[in-house]
Amino acid sequence: MSDIADFFADPWRLEFMRRGLIAAVLVSVVAAVVGSYVILKGMAFISDALPHASFGGVAIAFALGGSLYLGGAIAAVVTALLIGFISRRGLIKSDTAIGILFVGAFALGLAVISRQDNYTGDLFAFVFGSVLSVTWDDVWLTAAIGVAILAFVVVFYKELLFTAYDPAMAAASGLPVAAFQYGLLVLVALTVVIAIQTIGVILVVALLITPAATAQLLVRSLPAIMGLGAAIGTASSVIGLYLAWHADLSASASIVLTATALFVLAFLFAPARGILWQVVPRTNVVHSRSS
Amino acid sequence: MTLTIEHASHRECAVDVSGLTAGYNGHTALDHVTFTIERGCLAGLVGPNGSGKSTLLKVMLGLHKPWSGSVLIFGHTERPGHGDVGYTPQTELVDWTFPVSVFDVVLMGRYGKLGLVRRPGKGDRDVAMAALERVHLLHLAQRRIGELSGGEQRRALIARALAQDAELLLLDEPLAGLDATAQHDLLRLLEELRTEGKTLFVATHDLSCVAADFDHAVLINRRVIAFGRPADVFTEEKLSEAFQRHLFVLPQGTTIIGP
Repeated sequence: MSDIADFFADPWRLEFMRRGLIAAVLVSVVAAVVGSYVILKGMAFISDALPHASFGGVAIAFALGGSLYLGGAIAAVVTALLIGFISRRGLIKSDTAIGILFVGAFALGLAVISRQDNYTGDLFAFVFGSVLSVTWDDVWLTAAIGVAILAFVVVFYKELLFTAYDPAMAAASGLPVAAFQYGLLVLVALTVVIAIQTIGVILVVALLITPAATAQLLVRSLPAIMGLGAAIGTASSVIGLYLAWHADLSASASIVLTATALFVLAFLFAPARGILWQVVPRTNVVHSRSS
Repeated sequence: MTLTIEHASHRECAVDVSGLTAGYNGHTALDHVTFTIERGCLAGLVGPNGSGKSTLLKVMLGLHKPWSGSVLIFGHTERPGHGDVGYTPQTELVDWTFPVSVFDVVLMGRYGKLGLVRRPGKGDRDVAMAALERVHLLHLAQRRIGELSGGEQRRALIARALAQDAELLLLDEPLAGLDATAQHDLLRLLEELRTEGKTLFVATHDLSCVAADFDHAVLINRRVIAFGRPADVFTEEKLSEAFQRHLFVLPQGTTIIGP
């Protein structure tokens, strides 16, 4: 009995694990809510691009001895706004604009780092994530930005929904559609910034899209996708950290792998829409052919 | 209170487009377009693909700024959010996979009136339900919008325009892709709305529907080829000019006997 209790209680005896859990859950919840819009609007590419772009800002901040967080935030937000601006001009396709800008910003980061004599683990923590080395200051900052993002989504729920669903009609109704389209890009950028530290540049996109996509297979309204996505993200964080602790794996990789596994389960077994139910009934059909 | 007797020839103008020129990136889509539509009219907007129909609707909605000319809707310049003009987009421009219910979509008709931040209240929900009832979709209110049939989807979009309390409805190809029954039902609905005093301006490729059921037709190909009663507009000469090919125009009642 106590073995089982130990199994579940063990990881949380250490403060860095508790801190990591709080940070991971905060980030997962915010990312799933913002990610609901990301999957519905087909913004997966931009949410993979923004973390890479923010790395450019992180590297410059590192070289200048400034706040890595602030550097990453500025780079992500500026890139998001530039992508929005170039896409709206309509001269090149938005995925092309995204590709040009984020690789450019990432390369800038690499160039800056290559001039540094002593680039260290700090930067690699940003690339691969370091959920177990977040400080209480990081947790508070994450909570503050996360609450601001969620507050924006709640207060402007109606406007974000209308703009995402039918931008032409929303504009005809007098809503400032462009402002909310830019606003959504900034929300994604800020989510990326708080997620980078826990999950890393490369894996951020998983927190934005995987839990929300899993929820989309299971429930049918936007608020339900946001809520269930947040729950799935939370579960992925908790299970992922257990996995990391007991199997001695990278924490960010474990969280993402758990989320991916939950998606695969939903994809196979989702009521009515799962692959399994589309295959099974077909095999049950008896072809009554009189022979 | 005074009673004014309106003479048919002095009916109020719902739409007064005058010398309208508009386009994109230097390309002219509409060239000195001038026409009027009376209030309470069911009017068709007809022209080949790329003739500027959608651009005209966008200018009328206040979504696209014209280079010159004017559009007066019920005597004033339309600006977004005024609410007088309802709009149903082409169905291929609507995201039917979005996780919203039919009721959610119709309720969006109220969003413009609410302005920023304010949430729809009971009054708004009642208006949305009444609009759904008006288009006979009340029983499907909680369905996902993507689960509706083609005809039901058009009616849901019309319900959204009705929920907006729009007096003028701009419908972009509502008849396209419907089977004969659904098309018939939709036309009946449009006629009922006209009877209730709405003005409807319908972009369509279905010339025979306009000829048979509409009060008024505007034939364009970048410029106005003709406007007025469908019988006067759909002459062989004018249709050939608009579509730049020779079209056979059969008088109503002509029977074509197959081989």
